[in-house]
Amino acid sequence: MKPKKKSEFSKLPSGDKALLIVAYTILGLFLVAIILPIIYIIFASFIDPVTLQNSGLTFDFSKWTLTAYERVLGNAQIWVGFKNALIYSVLFTIISVVVTLLAAYPMSRADFKGRGFFNTIFVITMFFGGGLIPTYLLISNLGMLDTIWAILIPGAFSVWNMIIARTYYMGIPRDLQEAAEIDGATEMVYFFQILLPVCTPIIATISMWQFVGMWNSYFDAMIYLNSASKQPLQLVLRAILIQSQPEPGMVSDMQSTAARAQLAELLKYATIIISSLPLMIMYPFFQKYFDNGIMAGAVKG
Amino acid sequence: MKKTPESAAAGSGGNSKTHNTLVYIRQHWQLYVIFMLPAFLLTIIFRYIPMGGIAIAFTEYNPIRGIFGSEWVGFEHFHRFLSSPDFMRYLVNTLKLSVFGLLWGFPAPILLAFLLNRILSAKTKQKIQLVLYMPNFISVIVLCGIVRILLAPTGMINMMLGTSFNFMTMPSAFRTIYIASGIWQGAGWASIIYTAALSNASKELKEAAVIDGANIIQQIQAVEWPAIKDTVLIQFIMSVGNIMSVGFEKAYALQTDLNLNASEIISTYVYKKGLLDGDYGFSTAVGLFNTVINVILLVTMNSLVKKMNDGKGI
Repeated sequence: MKPKKKSEFSKLPSGDKALLIVAYTILGLFLVAIILPIIYIIFASFIDPVTLQNSGLTFDFSKWTLTAYERVLGNAQIWVGFKNALIYSVLFTIISVVVTLLAAYPMSRADFKGRGFFNTIFVITMFFGGGLIPTYLLISNLGMLDTIWAILIPGAFSVWNMIIARTYYMGIPRDLQEAAEIDGATEMVYFFQILLPVCTPIIATISMWQFVGMWNSYFDAMIYLNSASKQPLQLVLRAILIQSQPEPGMVSDMQSTAARAQLAELLKYATIIISSLPLMIMYPFFQKYFDNGIMAGAVKG
Repeated sequence: MKKTPESAAAGSGGNSKTHNTLVYIRQHWQLYVIFMLPAFLLTIIFRYIPMGGIAIAFTEYNPIRGIFGSEWVGFEHFHRFLSSPDFMRYLVNTLKLSVFGLLWGFPAPILLAFLLNRILSAKTKQKIQLVLYMPNFISVIVLCGIVRILLAPTGMINMMLGTSFNFMTMPSAFRTIYIASGIWQGAGWASIIYTAALSNASKELKEAAVIDGANIIQQIQAVEWPAIKDTVLIQFIMSVGNIMSVGFEKAYALQTDLNLNASEIISTYVYKKGLLDGDYGFSTAVGLFNTVINVILLVTMNSLVKKMNDGKGI
């Protein structure tokens, strides 16, 4: 974190030097604060529950164990959760991105008649809504309770993402569109063959947001889904991490209640690692899309 | 429906206005049927129909009888809620959580962006950003799981302090836990927008300032702060507008039976009253109350921005 070239640093006035040292220290502390808990959880996940409770972290590797990982990975409900989370997230991302990108196109055209009307209709929903109970009763009346559709459909159209996509479309040079119109291209041809291919950064960004958002949320699944077979990962995690009620199969072979409780604690560490790993591995590959997506929103912001 | 005052005004007047619009719609029907219809239907069905359901707030709602068959009780639910001693507590809990959250949480990403801007090597900066952004990809449940583990009587924090507090059961600790974990998770991610604004600060201006012998404080005053001032303002207004919409998911996942005094907020109360107790009418009334305050805040803040920002609202 120190400046690479020493000469550059030493050339600075002394007030600046002091300021830089303070700045790097604060930044360093923040980084430590982020990393430390994660490292603690990683180490603790390998340690035998009795040892962990009595003496904390130990580097006596004879006390280390993979029990927690075996039990968590050996439990069917975790895999059901992973499978459901993947299905919901992929389908939701596809539906949501398609609907949003389509709607953003007419909204990006100055000549689109009805633009003001649609804009008003959409923007109102960003500020005002029916609330929990009316929405729940609607989903119930539509017969969507305990079906995958309750998760995928109601939130599929995101006004905020539509605004971001629209702003991005409007930044595409007009001559591209004019060229397309001279060729007699229809809306569909222009949209799919000319506009979308140059919008991949924003499509990737919105897709990432929707995927991560669905993968990490639990509220809709909690209120709309009852069947254990339909639960996404976050609900399975909630039982283990928040309610301290792991799947019966994970701890039931333990004889005493105390041993079961201890094991339930240990399972938390391994569960955190296992469930967070997929996104932790994936997100660095998306890093290049972070900035432009946020900036696209800021232009309108 | 597809003709609006705006679009009509854009026409040339009289009958030809309507005619032009019809011709346009006929020529560009794909824009309406293929591009617009899915989003429009989703919005009407899942956003506007529930708005009609707000009527439930004024009834003793009975799911079997439906809205019109249920007994109309007027503002009784609002009276019951507003006059109950719990009301003040939930409202204050909600407000404290968001106001203090804003007070601590808002400056954090700005500070981070300024700090990051002092890292000269682009590669180092990118590595640091990768670490800073990481917590954003942890789910609410896992975050709260980590918080509960670290704050347990035998957890890491107590180990470091040499104590054995059970923080999760202390109402007085709830807000600190909520806000600090929010900064831990979100400050890095939120700094992106400021980092981007800072990198847009004119390089020449900055170089000129450095050649003129400006020290870091002067650089910040003359070049960097002006570059992000607008972004800061807009972000601030948007945060204030959202002050009543404290997220349900995290508050609920950090609640324990013993910290409810501080952790019960309006959204968790609406959920418990409505879906767990089945008191639909009352729950809808409380939710509506929350939404209305939120709208008032947003409209006020938006008109403030307009005044400060030469007529440009959000």
